[in-house]
Amino acid sequence: MMKVSSDSAVTVYVPRDSAARSVGADKVADALQRAAASGEFAIDVVRNGSRGMLWLEPLVEVATPNGRVGYGPVAPSDVEGLLAAGMLDGADHPLRLGVVDELPWLARQTRVTFARVGVTDPLSTQDYLRHGGLVGLRAALERAPADVVTEVTESGLRGRGGAGFPAGIKWKTVLECTDELKFVCCNADEGDSGTFADRMVMEGDPFMLIEGMTIAAHAVGASEGYIYIRSEYPDAVATMRSAIEIAREHGWLGTHILGSALDFDLHIRVGAGAYICGEETSMLESLEGKRGTVRAKPPIPAIEGLFGKPTVVNNVLTLATVPTVLANGAKAYQELGVERSRGTQVFQLGGNIAHGGIVETAFGVTLRELVEDYGGGTFSGRPVRTVQVGGPLGAYLPTSMFDLPMDYEAFAAVGAMVGHGGIVVFDDSVDMAAQARFAMEFCAEESCGKCTPCRVGSVRGVEVIDKIVAGQQRDENLALLEDLCDLMTDGSLCAMGGLTPMPVRSAITHFPDDFLARDRGQEIQPTQASGARTEGTA
Amino acid sequence: MTISRSDVTVENVVQAVVAGHRGQRGSLLPILHAIQAELGYVPQEAIPVLADELNLSRADVHGVVTFYHDFRREPAGHTTVRICRAEACQALGANNLVGYVREAGLSLGETAADGSVTVEQVFCLGNCALGPSVEANGRLYGRVDTAQLGSILNGTVS
Repeated sequence: MMKVSSDSAVTVYVPRDSAARSVGADKVADALQRAAASGEFAIDVVRNGSRGMLWLEPLVEVATPNGRVGYGPVAPSDVEGLLAAGMLDGADHPLRLGVVDELPWLARQTRVTFARVGVTDPLSTQDYLRHGGLVGLRAALERAPADVVTEVTESGLRGRGGAGFPAGIKWKTVLECTDELKFVCCNADEGDSGTFADRMVMEGDPFMLIEGMTIAAHAVGASEGYIYIRSEYPDAVATMRSAIEIAREHGWLGTHILGSALDFDLHIRVGAGAYICGEETSMLESLEGKRGTVRAKPPIPAIEGLFGKPTVVNNVLTLATVPTVLANGAKAYQELGVERSRGTQVFQLGGNIAHGGIVETAFGVTLRELVEDYGGGTFSGRPVRTVQVGGPLGAYLPTSMFDLPMDYEAFAAVGAMVGHGGIVVFDDSVDMAAQARFAMEFCAEESCGKCTPCRVGSVRGVEVIDKIVAGQQRDENLALLEDLCDLMTDGSLCAMGGLTPMPVRSAITHFPDDFLARDRGQEIQPTQASGARTEGTA
Repeated sequence: MTISRSDVTVENVVQAVVAGHRGQRGSLLPILHAIQAELGYVPQEAIPVLADELNLSRADVHGVVTFYHDFRREPAGHTTVRICRAEACQALGANNLVGYVREAGLSLGETAADGSVTVEQVFCLGNCALGPSVEANGRLYGRVDTAQLGSILNGTVS
């Protein structure tokens, strides 16, 4: 954390984000350390978060008098040549990208929640304070809890986990409960394919989440908090644990936080590979040490949540955005966005995409801008055929709908959802019947089993789609699938069974040809298709 | 199932782990994670001990152990490889990786006969912009092709 570097040493940033590490960032950092150790170069390596331009990872940045100059993607074998070419002075090289803050991909965005991610050393308290950390918490602690709740309500901040419920209203309910013991729980069970923003915040700016949860604790009168992180995110777990330790040492957590009357402590809990635990009541069951089965609502968690006590349950990005709202005021946040979708949304571009990563921008941006302008089309170079928006329970949309503005209501109006802003791109080799089948298969695999429409309906869904594609009584089976989708939508206890029909129906509506029988060598999409269809564990 | 330790040892491990989690609310999941970290899996003999220590029924403990994909009922291979089969990785040919594993004579969810490797499917590793993704012994790999997967399975990629 505390970097004492000689004046001559040049600061070089190599991300510690797990996406960057997955393509060799550790080896690049090692190569730089070795060059420094050899005495030939004076380098101070800082492991920052990722800027979210993931196709450029490992993205190495060099601090120069003109700003941070980026090079990427850097392979470990490139390091020697980069240093020889004068990378430490920001010199030219085929991998040189320019001053990172001025790269159009980044400069066009409105980074609010992600303002510090990739810029700072995630576990440096000095970096955090230098870049506006704790301003929101200090502002909150000077105000009465009810005023803090009002500020959050007025900002228009909506839950980022997918449902988009106004955060302030949830908080108000908890504040008004008179119980002695209340909890703040952060849902970091980011299990949806195509989403990684929660992970990047936890790995890249963990103090921001701690600050947001502490503000929530002050606002609702909670004394204890839990962050439920999925076990698939070991780096996020490790970074958050370290950050909590450091925060305690600095009096940012514990008793009399920042000299105020607030007492609040935070604990990490690690999930165990159950997708359903991203559903808030299931997560609460899991936090209580039980099977992650969904609870019926009411009672709502705000009134009877963890261990039956009033509980704020918010997603990582929601809580991470709270410090900004408090620091800059509700109005500044409110001014961003469109209609009832205020502020920014953190879009996550993934799947078959050339330039995948984090695009934080005001609501209202279109799918086309995201997929084509930012995303640069597919990674494979083939035409885009569809995107799935909002995770495995979100709709598949055709390119003809790419001018749709990203806001909660506009999407809901066409039978889709913005959800958490995850966008997964597929090229023209995709078989939509296979994707529809997978949606049902996934539901069968991950259903908690409590309600019948989800537990049994999903298994039947797989079977019916198989029959349709095999050409068995196609019309009757399509009608049956339609009926099954109605039943799952209306009769399921939670969004798992309730929304699984969304990808299925959208695939049938927008790509009906893929559901034609293909028994007589009439393959529609040749490559991945047949393999995926015979796949399955359901 | 091969159990290399005697029942007494399992009991001791479980009791020590439980003692280390006293005072934590709803501590069964952290305890199960700790037992698995210690023993590599959650043995059947751990269940009655846990039930006794935590004042739960055996059915309750069994229910929790079997609900979550992470908890193993038997030891895994030397290397555990998890292939992401969620949508973002599907869009980049994750199923080719699964096909490769099958051709190598392995099947998802099972351990190779020589105990060298366990291959499993996983739904999302949070590396959706750099798929297809694979995790091996807790380490994440992005943009994995069949050649790299082969090296990972053979243990030649560390």
